[in-house]
Amino acid sequence: MRRGPVQRALATVGHRVVILGFTAFAIFPFYWMLITAFKQNSDLYVGASNTAHNPFIFNEPPTLVHLRILFGSTLFPTWLFNTLWVGALVVAITLLLAVPAAYSLARLTGRWGERLSIGIFLTYLVPSTLLFIPFSRLVALLGLQNQLWALVLIYPTFTVPFCTWLLMGFFKTLPKEVEESAMVDGCSRVGAITRVVLPLAVPGLLTVVIFALTLTIQEFVYSLTFISSVERMTVSVGVPVALVRGDVYYWGSLMAACLITSVPLAVLYNLFLDRFIAGFTIGAIK
Amino acid sequence: MDTVETAVTTASRKAPDTLSRRDRRLGKLLLAPALAYIFLLVALPFLLALFLSLTNSSAGSLEFSFVGLQNFKNVAASPVFLRALRNTFIFTLVSQVLVIFLGNILARALLKQFRGKLLVRFLVLMPWAAPISLATLGWLWIFDSTFSVINWGLKVVGWLGPGQWYYWLGDPTLGMVAIITVHVWRLLPFSTVILLAGLTSIPSEVHEAADLDGAGPFAKAFQITLPMMLPILTVALLFGVVFTFTDMNVVYLLTRGGPYNSTHVLASLAYQEGVLGGDVGRGAAVAIFLVPLLVVMAVFMLRVSRRSEVT
Repeated sequence: MRRGPVQRALATVGHRVVILGFTAFAIFPFYWMLITAFKQNSDLYVGASNTAHNPFIFNEPPTLVHLRILFGSTLFPTWLFNTLWVGALVVAITLLLAVPAAYSLARLTGRWGERLSIGIFLTYLVPSTLLFIPFSRLVALLGLQNQLWALVLIYPTFTVPFCTWLLMGFFKTLPKEVEESAMVDGCSRVGAITRVVLPLAVPGLLTVVIFALTLTIQEFVYSLTFISSVERMTVSVGVPVALVRGDVYYWGSLMAACLITSVPLAVLYNLFLDRFIAGFTIGAIK
Repeated sequence: MDTVETAVTTASRKAPDTLSRRDRRLGKLLLAPALAYIFLLVALPFLLALFLSLTNSSAGSLEFSFVGLQNFKNVAASPVFLRALRNTFIFTLVSQVLVIFLGNILARALLKQFRGKLLVRFLVLMPWAAPISLATLGWLWIFDSTFSVINWGLKVVGWLGPGQWYYWLGDPTLGMVAIITVHVWRLLPFSTVILLAGLTSIPSEVHEAADLDGAGPFAKAFQITLPMMLPILTVALLFGVVFTFTDMNVVYLLTRGGPYNSTHVLASLAYQEGVLGGDVGRGAAVAIFLVPLLVVMAVFMLRVSRRSEVT
């Protein structure tokens, strides 16, 4: 199709407008967190009916007081530590369960493995909002109420199925000859896996580590249900539940906490985006 | 996006049935721990949820007795539940229609090459990467009853006259608008990147061949792009529906189901009844209503994956 210069210019402008509009919609809440986190209270708490006061900019010099409160006199650092501690254990459990299972499904189970792998993937769809009720029984039975171990036990229920699926796809992309030649050279199958396959699978393993970690940091429902002591909370629950004292919202510190947790996750997600998408599209792209 | 294609084409390749018996045994051994874990902590709890919904269990004690379908009868007679059921469908339907519509526009815009594309992709993806509870907290501040920046904007442009005010989270209709906005905001990046993966996977030769045959832009859109995008569109929609339908974060943190239980969804109501209210049996009964939709979704998902297996 031939188009004149005017139409082409219009198309470019339209494209810019679409991109800018969507980007603004996506990042507005983060911009709002950023500006709130550094505003002085007298600049922050001006009623929105005052149209002379522009809330989008700093009307008074920025301040670090909210950050100082967040790190100095709240349990935010403890929550960060709890989250990373649970995250590390969940990642370890996920790798221990998902790596052998994924290799087995990719190489050692033949045709029924393909069916089974889809079955495992489907368990990822069973939501936390259905399972938290039976889990509350289980957690009470095991005496794990209000302990981070409850989360360590339960979080792999959503990391293992998806990570197994992701890793299985990854193992299938490695050529079979890799293990076969190692086995001809006298390695056992297990030896070939540990010495040859796993080193080649490092990018896949890294993807799974990041994915399990981000899912753990994002989780809210189980953590809200099972952890009641403030000092044992994870970030995703501690910030919305315990940083709000009574009815008083400390918006500056709250928004700082949201931003500090969200931005590193966004960076990690972007680095591994293509692999996550490959997992979600389950063969719908030919 | 080449990783997408390679992963998928190899995933659909048939595995040969020429494994030795030792390999088969090892295969079962390696699979056993993950399967055991999933059986014990997903399958059994799932059945336990069904079982609990038939009992009068409460949070305080481990004793209970069977009450048959009494919980379901009580729940179905409650106006709060019926409202929550309706809300769940409205939120899911409206937000997913918007997400798929807007996601297609954004994905097409991102398909072009332009300066700063990587930065735009990073920024546009942020809502999906941020922990949902913290992102919702950001929106809670945006919708604040006194300091809402939206109201400030509406005042400035003159939409809200003197004395007029929107209480975003204190009004059933505005509350629902707020909840849907957050869902759309959060799931738009997810659908966009999936649709983008689909668009990039259509080989450019297909479009070139259509150009040679003299196909116009509409013919190309409806006879080539849409049919080739249908499987990926289904996937984006399925996940979007499941994520919205089963979510309680947004409602719980924005409105707590209020005002007067008018914005509850099934998940947040199950939490209120089963955990806060301590009536485990009733909470389980509410949550069980999530199951039929999930089963339908699972069947769809199987069909999508089966179709790609055949070709």
